[in-house]
Amino acid sequence: MVKNIAFIGDSESVKGFSAVGIDVLSCDEPEEASVVLKNAADKEMYAVIYITEELYEAAIREVNKLAEQTMPAVIPLPGARGNTGVGSRRLSLFVEKAVGSDILFKN
Amino acid sequence: MAIMNVNPTRMQMTKLKKQLQTARRGHKMLKDKRDELMRQFIDLLQENKKLRDKVEAELAQCSAAFTNASAVMSREALESSLMSSKQRTGLDVHSKNIMSVDVPVYSAVSESPDEADIFPYGFAFTSFELDDAVMSLNELLPDLIKLAEIEKSCELMSAEIEKTRRRVNSLEHVMIPRYEETIKYISMKLEENDRSSRTRLMKVKDMLLEKAHNYSEKTK
Repeated sequence: MVKNIAFIGDSESVKGFSAVGIDVLSCDEPEEASVVLKNAADKEMYAVIYITEELYEAAIREVNKLAEQTMPAVIPLPGARGNTGVGSRRLSLFVEKAVGSDILFKN
Repeated sequence: MAIMNVNPTRMQMTKLKKQLQTARRGHKMLKDKRDELMRQFIDLLQENKKLRDKVEAELAQCSAAFTNASAVMSREALESSLMSSKQRTGLDVHSKNIMSVDVPVYSAVSESPDEADIFPYGFAFTSFELDDAVMSLNELLPDLIKLAEIEKSCELMSAEIEKTRRRVNSLEHVMIPRYEETIKYISMKLEENDRSSRTRLMKVKDMLLEKAHNYSEKTK
């Protein structure tokens, strides 16, 4: 089963991703992020959807809906505006869910 | 702990004992499943953390490289050179079963075999900074895909562990004690019935003896 990869981000962050063969869905308004993500997921042609951290937070409700499905994988990445720490917080969240409290990454 | 609403009969007790046995066996198996899932999850998570730190650092470098490129090229030129891509990366998706959790396995397939195809533009009008930027992003791609695979696995496994943990807890703290107490209640009730019928028989025997021989224990 061959699927594609998508990247959702603001026009500054998506630069270059189309060159390496990733479908770029640019989205400059955080309010539209969940709609863009939902449309991308509904098409069922993407196995992995990367999304910038700002838009990830904006579309968190949609992200949580997709979390239980095997497909697609929604992965937050730092955008052009720098790292906001959403990625590592997400890992802590996994530990919290599995163990009950964050025993691994707690500082 | 509340006991179940059952009739205190021997048959019911046998049934409950069987159910208790099944519950105990299920509890043991689920506990084993939880422990093994947890072990694999922790391993995977540590790998995930390392990979994410690496990818985030490299992505920042890529982003800086693109900023460099946009400094020496005009915005329009940069955008138009990246507008059309020759290459499209596909993902071959398989699934792997880790303790009954289906996790995805991705392997990248690029549609054009030529490595130079990552540059969607001719080299004549673009700066070498752009080449660098695109190349570093291309080198990052396998790690990005690996990150997606591991992180999705972690996500799915954490959900499964949560579910299993709840099942284990409900068996351990609710179901099994409830069975045990109900069985105890029934066996006590049965013993009580036994005792009461025995005393009744003794009493009846006394009464019969008294009637037959005019014999009375009370007068003694």
